[in-house]
Amino acid sequence: MPGIAVGNLTLLLLIPVLGAAVVLLLPRQRTGALFFVSLAASALGFIWSLKILADFDGAKGEMQLIERIAWMPAFGIEYLLGIDGISLFLVLLTTFLMPLAILASWTVKDKVKEYLFFMLLLETGMLGAFVALDLVLFYVFWEVMLVPMYFLIGVWGGPRRIYAAIKFVIFTMAGSLLMLVAIIYLATRYAQESQAVTFDLLRLYDFRLSAGEQMWLFLAFALSFAIKVPMFPLHTWLPDAHVEAPTAGSVILAGILLKLGTYGFLRFALPLFPDAALASAPYFVALSVVGIIYGAAVAMMQADIKKLVAYSSVSHLGFVMLGLFALNMQGVQGGIYQMLNHGLSTGALFLLVGMIYERRHSRMIDDFGGLWRQLPVFSAVLMLVTFSSIGLPGLNGFVGEFLILLGAFSVAPGWTALAATGLILGAVYMLWMFRRVIFGPLTRPENQKLQDLDARELVILAPIVALIIVMGVYPQPFLSRMKPSVDLTLKKIFAVHPAPSAAKADESGSDGR
Amino acid sequence: MKAGAMDVNPIPLLPATQILVTALVVMLLDLVLKEQEKGLLAWISLLGLALCSGETVFLWGSQESAFGESFYLDNFALLFTQIFVGAAALTILSSIHYVRAAKIHEGEFYAMVLFATLGMILMAAANDLMVFFLALETMSVAVYVLTGIERRSGRSAEAAMKYFLTGAFATGFLLYGIALIYGATGSTNLNQIAAYLLEPSADWPYYLVGGALLLLTGFAFKVGAVPFHFWVPDVYEGAPTPVTGLMSVAVKAAAFAAWARIVLHKLSPLDADWVFPVAVLAVATMTLGNLLAIAQSSVKRMLAYSSIAHAGYLLIGVAVGEEWGGMPLLFYLLAYASMTIGAFAVVTALSEGETARENYSDFAGLGFKRPFLALAMALFMLSLAGFPPLAGFAGKFYIFRSAVLSGNTPLAIIGVLNSLLSVVYYLRVVVAMYMEEGGAPGKSFAQSPYLYVAVGLAVAGTLYLGILPARTLEWSRVAFSSLD
Repeated sequence: MPGIAVGNLTLLLLIPVLGAAVVLLLPRQRTGALFFVSLAASALGFIWSLKILADFDGAKGEMQLIERIAWMPAFGIEYLLGIDGISLFLVLLTTFLMPLAILASWTVKDKVKEYLFFMLLLETGMLGAFVALDLVLFYVFWEVMLVPMYFLIGVWGGPRRIYAAIKFVIFTMAGSLLMLVAIIYLATRYAQESQAVTFDLLRLYDFRLSAGEQMWLFLAFALSFAIKVPMFPLHTWLPDAHVEAPTAGSVILAGILLKLGTYGFLRFALPLFPDAALASAPYFVALSVVGIIYGAAVAMMQADIKKLVAYSSVSHLGFVMLGLFALNMQGVQGGIYQMLNHGLSTGALFLLVGMIYERRHSRMIDDFGGLWRQLPVFSAVLMLVTFSSIGLPGLNGFVGEFLILLGAFSVAPGWTALAATGLILGAVYMLWMFRRVIFGPLTRPENQKLQDLDARELVILAPIVALIIVMGVYPQPFLSRMKPSVDLTLKKIFAVHPAPSAAKADESGSDGR
Repeated sequence: MKAGAMDVNPIPLLPATQILVTALVVMLLDLVLKEQEKGLLAWISLLGLALCSGETVFLWGSQESAFGESFYLDNFALLFTQIFVGAAALTILSSIHYVRAAKIHEGEFYAMVLFATLGMILMAAANDLMVFFLALETMSVAVYVLTGIERRSGRSAEAAMKYFLTGAFATGFLLYGIALIYGATGSTNLNQIAAYLLEPSADWPYYLVGGALLLLTGFAFKVGAVPFHFWVPDVYEGAPTPVTGLMSVAVKAAAFAAWARIVLHKLSPLDADWVFPVAVLAVATMTLGNLLAIAQSSVKRMLAYSSIAHAGYLLIGVAVGEEWGGMPLLFYLLAYASMTIGAFAVVTALSEGETARENYSDFAGLGFKRPFLALAMALFMLSLAGFPPLAGFAGKFYIFRSAVLSGNTPLAIIGVLNSLLSVVYYLRVVVAMYMEEGGAPGKSFAQSPYLYVAVGLAVAGTLYLGILPARTLEWSRVAFSSLD
């Protein structure tokens, strides 16, 4: 399909950038206009992504709405966009959370113009990374979104913001720069074998390197993505970044940015280097489970609610990784579903923490207690989101976690059993936090004057709550659109390999126990 | 081949002559103009540079030689001429206010910038080791003077002295290398040297390789490669800031131009002997440059070390050999030129008269006091650190790609790890500008519109080369393949 000048996806990327350009041109005193333009741009982005959803053919697993323009023909680098059932929902999650995050930033008073400029730039970076199908283009977007996030944490963050911002950038770049070399190496080998210079992902999918080369390249890609996820030993940047980032920054970081790591595994690392992926799957399963339990255990010990939520992300993303590395339909579908769930529930948790912090200027669990009497609406929303986060049946979290455990159990029952205990730990720390913050007597006098949620805050939370329920009771429309693409991805992974090495994964999984 | 015949062909000398005439006019007018009229000299210099640039465009595609093939006008020389002229023009634009405020003699300043440019143009075109040497000295002497031109500043005088002494030392290496090569091949003309090297029966004397390595050492001095880098930080810090920009961009580019034509191209039959030393130089240069840059508290000094580090990246282009490294080397120089000269222009903008504001703390809060300057500086820093989609990323991408293509993947890996190191100190500038308070008071430093023009042009170049590099890449390819 030949590319047209401005396709649907290009327009999707352009909307936030154009919004950012308008923000840059407006005078800085007119904060109302600045907010209005940003909100309008991000809302327009959401509407446009709904149109893409409507155009999307859910029965097809292949890339759709492909746009292809030569960018640097001498090197075979193209401006190549496309979307499938995997990226579709992540794009929707992004465009859905962005207007809410901007609405939640209404309380930002300082340097509003720059703040909104970076927010919109960040949106384009993230969307671009989700729809780019040229490896160099993907890398460009991957790095581009780093810069606005760095500014959001570093300028509008908490007291240790500079440390957190630099740590965030250095960690992410450490992985991604090696990935750049791997990308170049892969394209070079492809050119040597087939005499065609390209970074086109769809063509590189059909290219098989030797097992040894695959392993090196897989590790380079995996390092980059594992830092972003973050997987267990590489997670240390996350609590700092989350705690110091402004509320909207945390929402985007947890809700969308982390998903780029898991998405990267599914889109790039696994199907590009299937032999290496299959060989290393048992180790990734093990690391995921360690992450699940470690994240939950550390979350339980936190006195700061925001830190608790941050560590819970490590645990939840461990579940996503477990599902992806199960390398079967249920596991991968559950993994993608859990990405969306985590985006919604953790996004909502960070929003709620931000709202209570704005009222009380504290995030310590001990400073609260008995809030249900003073803040009934807040308490109700927090309860629902907590239940979503711990996977109560009937809410979205249950669907994702159930599918993941189902998928993982068939390949590594031992590790899956351990992961299930992480589920229990998750319920423990979330409910314990909830009890200490919401129930009990209202002992602190400062808390007696707190106001319940206002209209703006309800507008922010209502769509998330609605989706949490819808995705819990009626997951079929989501899962059915993912299925063909997941199927295709799994076929790529198992294409050359004679038989799924599920037995092998199980074996080493049991050994590891 | 009509070696020895004095074919006087004026066309190839046109751009160089243009600069020479302009420099002479500036010097003469300097004698007659009154003090307050001397601002005119900058515009005459810029006019001369613009004419030269136009001639370069006009001559694009020609392949001529003069003076017994000791001097070539090919696309390679023309592309470099364009870089030198552009760098000189941006330097002059950003110095118009600076030289006034620092009470530097304007006539001498602009004339010296032009003489240095003349030397560079000749260096890129020289096809004879003696012509190359004379061109190098023309450039070097002018830059020594420029370094010390702030006569009332002890720092400037010290820098000039240091630069002169180390420069003379490097010259010794170069001359000795040239002498050995002459002894071995019987000529200083590069065509005849290359012909000698291509003779299958030739039994190379051992001192030929010695001569080539001495030549390499001389070049390493000039580009500031480790371990011949120790003069760079002091000289760069002491020189007037616009001159530092010129040095770190144009002087370095000129040295790399000669390096590319003489070593990379003409001495390529010897590459078994020089590739490994250059690879070692590259690794040492970028690693040490980056590590030392982290430790600096002055932005100007940090930029000096960063220019050492970038010489290291450029050396990757030399180390991977002619086939792969030539084009990325040219492109990287262009990218590096636009972002570095822009960064020095911003540092220039912060200074006030004889008060230099060069420390990180002077940049604090700049983001909201001088939004344009700070945004430009942030772009330059991110570009130098290699963030896409800026010029620095494109440059690094092609350099590292050339390393992978030529089978030197470890060089690419060391390169990217070095980029990571560099992120630490480049982001410190951004941190200071946007995340810290204090620094220089908002209105105190002067606003020179020309300087803003220079910064704006550098921003445009940094963005253009990063987002739409295809055309420039094509030019670099054409330029490098024009070497004969």
